[in-house]
Amino acid sequence: MPVEYLKETPSQTGGPYVHIGTLPAFAGLAVRTQEQPHIIDGAGERIRITGLVIDGSGTPVRDALLELWQADAEGRHNAGDFSGWGRAAASSETGEWMFETVRPGVVPWRDGRPQAPHVSLLIFARGINIHLHTRMYFPEDAAALEADPVLRSVEQAGRRATLVAERTAAADMPSYRFTIHLQGDAETVFFDM
Amino acid sequence: MPADGMTGLMAGTQGDIMRRDRNQHPPAFTPQYKTSVLRSPRRALVSLEPGPGENAGPVFKARILEPLDNDLIRNYAQAEGNHGDAQGERIIVHGKVLDECGRPVPNTLIEVWQANAGGRYRHKNDSYLAPLDPNFGGQGRCMTDADGNYFFRTIRPGPYPWRNNGSDWRPAHIHISLFGHAFVQRLVSQLYFEGDPLIPFCPIIGTLPDKAAAERLVARLDMGNAVPFDALAYRFDVVLRGRRQTFFENRPEGM
Ligand SMILES: [Fe+2]
Repeated sequence: MPVEYLKETPSQTGGPYVHIGTLPAFAGLAVRTQEQPHIIDGAGERIRITGLVIDGSGTPVRDALLELWQADAEGRHNAGDFSGWGRAAASSETGEWMFETVRPGVVPWRDGRPQAPHVSLLIFARGINIHLHTRMYFPEDAAALEADPVLRSVEQAGRRATLVAERTAAADMPSYRFTIHLQGDAETVFFDM
Repeated sequence: MPADGMTGLMAGTQGDIMRRDRNQHPPAFTPQYKTSVLRSPRRALVSLEPGPGENAGPVFKARILEPLDNDLIRNYAQAEGNHGDAQGERIIVHGKVLDECGRPVPNTLIEVWQANAGGRYRHKNDSYLAPLDPNFGGQGRCMTDADGNYFFRTIRPGPYPWRNNGSDWRPAHIHISLFGHAFVQRLVSQLYFEGDPLIPFCPIIGTLPDKAAAERLVARLDMGNAVPFDALAYRFDVVLRGRRQTFFENRPEGM
């Protein structure tokens, strides 16, 4: 008999009311109303990321919850006061979501090769049985994107572009647009890490 | 991190999170749960060993918690400036968070949310005809202690109908969210109650291909920990992904 391990607790969908436990003020509860977990404070260049999650019919998902995880501007995790973590709800009207954070630095991959700067994202929603894990990269980093070990592990080179945001015009801070497609020709790359 | 090109023993460093056993989880596409049809990726996930960023994860400190965060019977009324208790069957839910290696997961944040005793959620988008309870918000948080133990106090939620195959009914359940200590240990699930006759009819539990996996989502009545003349107790243990020990680390080949 091989060595036995405990089995991971199975996932179940976060459901349509996921906000009650995760962003109670968004659900309409008058608790923790001062919290703004979609804004991540820290030293470095401020950036904004907006986006949509699009379903297989082309319709924005209006009850999605996104969580973001990233390195600080120096490429470190869990260094100092920088949380590296954020959470945002898609708008119930439009499906738009938004984070404000700092531009992440370069984190080495397992073998020491540099990764292109990126943020990791998890997506939870009604109809999503186990959260989806993706990454968003920055379009300016052409050479780093070309060399990124995780992007290169996506066998179909044409799919790598689904992980790169668009730069959008904004006066106050560099802004990026990231559209996540759950299905279809432009289906976003999701990871099992 | 080993220096570039080094292999060998890295005593004292933490290893990778173990591969996720997807057989323990529902697949993305589960047509009996209709909403999954348009929200399920159709291409294979890209499998990779986690990198340094994925083996790390957000840290939540106990100081973010309010004193009543783990008491759903009282925390909402108090936030509203009232002093009443929520209506319903008073219960304690408690258990241990372990990893697949059987190690306790200490000091990790747990978030829970649920419907009230009548099956109604306090959410702007829930319009079920069962009334709201003025003393019940339905959200709570707690941290595991140094041994991985957690507990919260609440009322047993009611079942509720939802539009799927006509009116399906959800068994009583509490949604639960856990972080662990690595980004890829993240888990969101739901706990059910022992003996609930709606469990076999639930299309969402039915997304689990393995009946034994569904059994592990059932909280067990725990009479030993019932609080006399106050609350019944249910026990619900959670298992998060384990972490490998580090022996010899290789540079991956062919990259
Ligand atoms: Fe629910």
